Amino acid sequence: MNSTAAIKCHGLTRRFGDLVAVDHLDLTVPKQSIYGFLGPNGSGKSTTMRMLCGLLLPSAGEIEVLGLKLPEASEALKQRIGYMTQKFSLYDDLTVQENLRFMAQAYALPTNTQKSRIAETLAAYQLDELRHQLAGTLSGGQKQRLALAAATLHQPQLLFLDEPTSGVDPQSRRDLWEALFNLVDDGVTVLLSTHYMDEAERCHQLAILDHGRKAAEGVPAEMIANLDAWVVKIDNGSIPALKQHLAQAKEVISLSQMGGQLRLLVKKNIADPVTYVQQQLAGLSEIEIAQHAISLTEPTLEDVFVVATQKPRKMDAPK
Amino acid sequence: MMSLRRLLAVFRKEVWQLKRDRLTIAMIFGIPIIQILLFGYAINTDIRAIPTVVLNQSHSQLSRDLLSDLQASQVIKLKGNVHHVEEIETLLRQGKISIGIVIPPDFERRLQDSSRAAAQLLVDGSDPIILGAAKQLTAMPFHLNSQSVPPQNRLFEVRHFYNPEKRSAMNTIPGLIGVILTMTMVIFTAISLVRERERGNLELLINTPITSNELMLGKMLPYIAIGFFQVTLIMLLGLVIFDVPVRGQLVDVYIAALVFIAANLTLGLLFSTLAKSQLQALQMTIFIMLPSILLSGFMFPFDGMPEAAQWIAEILPLTHFERLIRGIILRGADLSELWPELLALIAFASVTMLLALKRFRKRLD
Repeated sequence: MNSTAAIKCHGLTRRFGDLVAVDHLDLTVPKQSIYGFLGPNGSGKSTTMRMLCGLLLPSAGEIEVLGLKLPEASEALKQRIGYMTQKFSLYDDLTVQENLRFMAQAYALPTNTQKSRIAETLAAYQLDELRHQLAGTLSGGQKQRLALAAATLHQPQLLFLDEPTSGVDPQSRRDLWEALFNLVDDGVTVLLSTHYMDEAERCHQLAILDHGRKAAEGVPAEMIANLDAWVVKIDNGSIPALKQHLAQAKEVISLSQMGGQLRLLVKKNIADPVTYVQQQLAGLSEIEIAQHAISLTEPTLEDVFVVATQKPRKMDAPK
Repeated sequence: MMSLRRLLAVFRKEVWQLKRDRLTIAMIFGIPIIQILLFGYAINTDIRAIPTVVLNQSHSQLSRDLLSDLQASQVIKLKGNVHHVEEIETLLRQGKISIGIVIPPDFERRLQDSSRAAAQLLVDGSDPIILGAAKQLTAMPFHLNSQSVPPQNRLFEVRHFYNPEKRSAMNTIPGLIGVILTMTMVIFTAISLVRERERGNLELLINTPITSNELMLGKMLPYIAIGFFQVTLIMLLGLVIFDVPVRGQLVDVYIAALVFIAANLTLGLLFSTLAKSQLQALQMTIFIMLPSILLSGFMFPFDGMPEAAQWIAEILPLTHFERLIRGIILRGADLSELWPELLALIAFASVTMLLALKRFRKRLD
């Protein structure tokens, strides 16, 4: 066992009837880092996370979390991990403080430190003024802070966060990330899932999941730098005929429109992608594109995602 | 304006949803079938087979004729002979019999004597239906082989125990303790786990170190206290408003109530592990509540029901509790005399708890 890994799994598979939700996944999550799962809905993010928590039995594969073999040792693991569910799962009809007291007792925190630990947590997550408010009446961002407070109350070594920021405003998301980095500084390992690109970029390491498989893995910045495709942009690319024509081009992996700009991913084996795109458009008499309108541009994580999943996502819905 | 198309849209949607709701469909068929069978067949106010013992001090041919005539009426069912009146009183208190027949040594002479009844019926008067049946026996025609009986002669004298004023409240109020506990306790726990699931709390809960045992027991404890409160309230109301005293030990009442409450709560927990929604859990409790109220002996005497109905009733916790609580409150019986009923409730609670624990997993699959 690599002592620097918080999670190791090999050949992890989970089937639901005929559906293979997670398909032979190998993972190594290093300690004291934020590891992200990036993937669309149904890519197996939640299922994987639930297996790693011991909430779901794997159909096949080996799991070792914090040195414990799962599913055998899942009960022993519970005290050492925190889990923030995708849907708010604290009690709507209890106050903020009651919820935290319940969690403190559920994790059997020593009675003499319970009060101070709750007070500490209330302060750390700016819940002090909300302590007597029913959890059900909190806003999305407040609920998220409470959920994170509850998941970290017993000071777990490993934190699972299942889409922690879906439906939360940008400021709350920034606050959450700051809290996560603070936790990592304190020695905590965080595994989170997301379908936001900007959030995925903040992770120390990232696995792109697609149909239950790991499509790519690495440090986000390196993944972007090593993108196996050219990114070509065409200004004034809003003409439907242009999009339709380029979508047919053999070496174009995908294209998407960003306002008045068209963004193309072109295969890396093309030596001069700008010329290639110009050639593709040469035959089009009805479209006039200025020479300088076609240029290479910086890749983003979304480009990495598209290449990794190799989906024929020729036309993205506008963001 | 009402649109027929929109109306049809709602109608069709309801049918689609209904088709997938098996428990509701089961209720559509099950409730009428259960009710018809219970009321039409099992519940019989023409009571038969009342458990009876005989103290025959006469040993005459006439006394044997009388007993065979009584049995031929099918109202009573002879469970055996005893040798002392005290034995009859004990058996009555224990609830093992409802009638004791005493045929005195001078039975034959008494038959000729118009001033005295020939024999005695000692009846558990707490149940008015049993008492009514015993009264009917006094009007039974007795065919004496060759001897003539003066028509004004009274065959039986009825002595009823436990309820001298013949008030039905005496029987109903203690019985209600069981019915009310059944109605409230099962529902409390039946919805408790499934509500956690419906509201999304379960995923959080099963990820904490709380064990299944701790969860189940923790969910039961507050309701045991509530159950005790209800028992106390009903007894107080019974005493103050209807003058129903507690003849047995108060501590026995609470021990019996504790075991019965536990049996209902564990049954509720089992339902909660089976149900997919709170509505389903409620439907399941209705399926147990109906036969409980009708078959337990609360509304109709247990001994009047056919054997099949009695078997079903023996499974229901309320049946055993009704025997316990009436024994303790009305007849001043001691728990040690009623231990088989207590044991039945403990067995029921243990089995349902084990099943609930077996069904419940700290997993999502």
